[in-house]
Amino acid sequence: MTTLANMLRELAGLFVDDGALALAIIAIVALAGIVAMLIPDVPLAAGAILLFGCLGVLLSNVARAGQR
Amino acid sequence: MTGSLTLIWPVVTAAFLASLVEAVEALTIVLAVATVRGWRPAGLGSLAGLAVLALIVVVLGPLLGHVPLRLLQFVIGVLLLLFGMRWLRKAILRSAGVIPLHDETLTFATETAELREQARRNEARLDWLATLTTFKAVLLEGLEVVFIVIALSAGHGMLLPASAGALAACLLVAGVGFIVHRPLARVPENTLKFAVGVMLSAFGVFWAGEGLGVAWPGEDLAIVAFAVMFLAVSGAAVVLARRPRAEVLS
Repeated sequence: MTTLANMLRELAGLFVDDGALALAIIAIVALAGIVAMLIPDVPLAAGAILLFGCLGVLLSNVARAGQR
Repeated sequence: MTGSLTLIWPVVTAAFLASLVEAVEALTIVLAVATVRGWRPAGLGSLAGLAVLALIVVVLGPLLGHVPLRLLQFVIGVLLLLFGMRWLRKAILRSAGVIPLHDETLTFATETAELREQARRNEARLDWLATLTTFKAVLLEGLEVVFIVIALSAGHGMLLPASAGALAACLLVAGVGFIVHRPLARVPENTLKFAVGVMLSAFGVFWAGEGLGVAWPGEDLAIVAFAVMFLAVSGAAVVLARRPRAEVLS
């Protein structure tokens, strides 16, 4: 049972290592999704939020980790 | 079709490099078990892991065909972002010296010491534990390979090129490991993880965007542009996070 629990934990760890980074990515995706729904005529707006949001999240997360 | 041809090399390269990293990690554990307990439990565990992986692919593979394309692209895109940016973050922090580099020789030594300690405590159960250790390593590292192959090929008919890239990497590592009988410590793992993290993140933005209905300018070529942007930002992030070697956490 412990082995199975460990394996499931490791499996989840494939996608979530730093909780703050994972939450920030999900937030960016959610924001892009909302924008895509609200402004369907300008789909690139959602794309820009997704791309620049992810780049910004990565940069700020790493910068914070570097200061710790 | 032109779009698909544009995608072939990035897909093959990403699948090959990612699988190379995973295969090297699995090989280290298999070699550690083989060194302490012999090839029988190591081989048995590896074969069982490969069998479960094959079962997962055979059962889940056809099911993916029934998921609406847009939904599939969105879900895979988000998972790729989580997976790729996690790799990229770790590679950046290792390049910057914030966290220590992954060391296959150290992993090998730790794993063999652990198995020897288990042997001292309980000899009778050890073969089972050794088999389970290789089974778990092959299954978990293999699942990452399977995920990467499926994710890279999502909705663009790239399953064959992605699988070929992954298979070539696994065969290469298995072959070299069989010949040298040592962990492949000289593989520049962090550089590979850096490159793969950049590519997977770029694919993640592309798929997630397509799932949301974004028509990217330049179609598939946008992935290359995204990769260049992720590379530039990651390079800047390394400089931003860099700290003197003496401060690196052990």
